[in-house]
Amino acid sequence: MKIAVDYDLCQGHAVCQSEAPAVFAVEDKGQVKVLDEDPAEEARAQVEMAVKYCPTHALKIVEG
Amino acid sequence: MTITTELEQPPQVSGADPASGHLEEFRHDPISLMQRVREECGDVGEFLLGERRVVLLSGATANERFFRASEEELNQAEAYPFMTPIFGKGVIFDAPPERRQEMLHNQALKDKHMRLHAQKIADEVVDMVASWDAEGGIDLLDFFAELTIYTSSACLIGKKFRDQLDERFADLYHDLERGTDALAYVDPYAPIESFRRRDAARAALVELVQGIMDQRKNGQPATDEDRDLLDVLISVREGETPRFTADEITGIFISMMFAGHHTTSGTAAWTLIELLKHPDELKSVVAELDELYADGREVSYQALREMPRLESAVKEALRLHPPLILLMRVAKEPFDVGGYSIEPGTMVGASPAVSNRLSPDFNNPDVFDPSRYLDPRREDLENPWTWIPFGAGKHRCVGAAFAMMQLKAIFSVILRGWTFELSQPPESYRNDHSKMVVQLEQPCRARYRVRA
Repeated sequence: MKIAVDYDLCQGHAVCQSEAPAVFAVEDKGQVKVLDEDPAEEARAQVEMAVKYCPTHALKIVEG
Repeated sequence: MTITTELEQPPQVSGADPASGHLEEFRHDPISLMQRVREECGDVGEFLLGERRVVLLSGATANERFFRASEEELNQAEAYPFMTPIFGKGVIFDAPPERRQEMLHNQALKDKHMRLHAQKIADEVVDMVASWDAEGGIDLLDFFAELTIYTSSACLIGKKFRDQLDERFADLYHDLERGTDALAYVDPYAPIESFRRRDAARAALVELVQGIMDQRKNGQPATDEDRDLLDVLISVREGETPRFTADEITGIFISMMFAGHHTTSGTAAWTLIELLKHPDELKSVVAELDELYADGREVSYQALREMPRLESAVKEALRLHPPLILLMRVAKEPFDVGGYSIEPGTMVGASPAVSNRLSPDFNNPDVFDPSRYLDPRREDLENPWTWIPFGAGKHRCVGAAFAMMQLKAIFSVILRGWTFELSQPPESYRNDHSKMVVQLEQPCRARYRVRA
């Protein structure tokens, strides 16, 4: 599982960090940093929540 | 050999007055004017506010170009001259972009804070309806405008400040919002009644805040538990003197609350009106709430996420009645879009009121149909550049998630505790478009009754 970020959309709300703290980090005034570019299958449920609840729809799971 | 193609300037919509352009029409019926721009000119067309040219974009391609433009191409700060007298000098639209970005990026909207706001909002709603009788009537604009003053001040500034406010603050705030006549594009200080009331209301708000600051100075010092943003701003010093005056602090508070106030208040009212006009939808929303809270759980962040029916009804109210009908920028360099070239200095706009109802993006665009957001249709996600009640791209409303949570919390309380009916003919509820801040036209009354 690979993650794609649209940085034109990310505003740094940090919902993804709450949902999947091992995969995403957001500094106080910054945009998202992907900590784990290729997270393990076990993290899928958390990452899916992060994608679903991102307030600006800036995240995508790219299969492969 | 290089071939350079000179792009044409955008076509202009009919009906310009030689002196004022389309200003008078824009001040009275802006949506019809903007729809006519699209009908006559297509994706890119121009109208005139006095001598100022405004190029209106619509449709997915032109809108995407608009929303992905950089701040160097399309500047937001200069596009809202009617806000400067409201916020005051040095606040938000008067500040440089990096400072604005920082201010807009209100920490209170970060996810970890959002999780704490859910209960606060529900508490404010419970307090508001505590004074209701078993049945009675409300004016939807007055009720939701006052409620959202309390919810937004409690969440963004702090509970202590909120508890020092009463309906006077809401009334004055309303006068500020009414002081947004589009005449400000020609002269923000023109001698008209709504601008006089705006300036008087701002001065009165400064006095209210000064009064609260004086009380704090003479009262108990703030504790870690009750310290709010006002305490923090008062405590900032530059050498021996306080960094912020009451005028500046009031300006900061006005600007923090502005974007989330009339927008949320109007959307709450329109969601209720549309649900009352569509009893089957209302029934399914109430059933969803009853089922979700059947286990006695509290109104919480997690509970508020799990309401697809209510969320869809809110989205549909937002699509049909967007609180901001025109999003504006100023071109800072030559800006090409849709085969036309726009000159620097021209205003460029995208209109939620026009784009949210485009066919074929939206099936039966004028019909209230919350099911368009459910799987597999998902018409909001399918049309990210035309479903734009919150704008799109990097300037997309940073408070969108907060607003949605707030609206769900409001309806979690009032629809479980009360039933409602419209007091007027359904078609009599409409927005007043004579100001840039769109609000319901009064009267807009409804009746409530405690639920059996």
